[in-house]
Amino acid sequence: MPSVRDIRRRIRSVDNTVKVTNAMSLIAASKMRRAQNSVVDGRPYSVKIQEIIAHLAAQPSDDEAAAQPLLAIRPVENITVLMISPDRGLCGGMHANLNRQVGNFILAQSAPVQAIAVGRKGREFMARTNQDLKATFTDLGETPLLVDTHAISHIIIDSYRDGEVDEVYLAYTKFVSTMSQEPVIEKLLPIAPAELTSSESVGYIYEPSNLAVLQDLLPRFIEMQVYHAILESIASEQSARMVAMRAATDNASELAEDLTLVMNKLRQESITNELLDLIGGQIARDG
Amino acid sequence: MPMKLEIITAEREVYSDDVDMVIAPGFDGQLGILPRHAPLMTMLKPGELTVRKGGEDIYVAVSGGFMEVLGNKVSVLADTCERSDEIDEERAQQAMQRAQERLANRGGTEVELERAMRSLQRAQVRVSLVRRRRSRGQGQQSPPNTNP
Repeated sequence: MPSVRDIRRRIRSVDNTVKVTNAMSLIAASKMRRAQNSVVDGRPYSVKIQEIIAHLAAQPSDDEAAAQPLLAIRPVENITVLMISPDRGLCGGMHANLNRQVGNFILAQSAPVQAIAVGRKGREFMARTNQDLKATFTDLGETPLLVDTHAISHIIIDSYRDGEVDEVYLAYTKFVSTMSQEPVIEKLLPIAPAELTSSESVGYIYEPSNLAVLQDLLPRFIEMQVYHAILESIASEQSARMVAMRAATDNASELAEDLTLVMNKLRQESITNELLDLIGGQIARDG
Repeated sequence: MPMKLEIITAEREVYSDDVDMVIAPGFDGQLGILPRHAPLMTMLKPGELTVRKGGEDIYVAVSGGFMEVLGNKVSVLADTCERSDEIDEERAQQAMQRAQERLANRGGTEVELERAMRSLQRAQVRVSLVRRRRSRGQGQQSPPNTNP
């Protein structure tokens, strides 16, 4: 049977937890708003550049374009997965969901899979499951700039260009809404050509030249997709953390209330017992 | 027959509407795009992009990027981009001066000079855009200019 004092101590510790989780949810909420805005505002560009690249890939190509190493399609012998995860935990089921998705994906491939991990949680997962980890990037912060992610994109660009990998996938948690984030795995390379109508596939006029456009646009495409996936992941992380910490705050407050009730009952009980003793003693003396 | 125009930067969608004509600063010179243009893919230089819609012109400063014309749809992927009414003239003037000074001093590495050159181009486009807007009587909100 716990004493009143034990329970009071527990209440105090639960109250402290409430303070921490509440502060975390408030911080996450403010970061979430910024992160969500930058994802939603950046989405049209990411979608558009993907569309344009798909159009380009579908055009009847001459020799120069076919020689573009980033447009090459090779038999799949090596696969790279770029896994984008948060650095920190305490954001609900987000890691577990992404880890499961990536794990299943790796198991389903017949070719060897190499991983690049962005974020500590992804790195830990790869290390724990003994994956072939090619590179890791951590501490990108909450508002990375496009240049901060160049190193990541250029590993992908270089290794694809040199023929070290034949397929590259992006694994990240897509931001759907504050309440819902979805782990996704998307194929980044090779670029899937769009299906064009015959009137559209007559060949582009290129300025200044086919080669110059492709050489500029293709690396930029990879950079943008990687950057955007990282923004999606950050928005998902903050949203998930906000929701998880709010739930934790609610649970802890409820627990504190229940404990207070138990403590009051105990206190009343002990007062009643003392009174009974007193009255009993008085009756014995007077009787 | 109007065509669809979208101007997008990495940060946001700047413009999306049906328009009658687009004049863009293409890599090899100004490009006028009318509806039913042949498929085109061009790099853009820093410069002014003019959007003509129902007899009215809208001016947009772009600092490079890409333009795709396909199936009566024009998509501009700009590196940075402002509509003329969004440009802060004072800031653009200052940026122009800074870049000019840096170029005049000839200090720094090749990369730094290159960068100064580019920011000079950007600033020039912005300033000329603001001036043009004012000369056409669109810039009511900006204070009177004392400079010649």
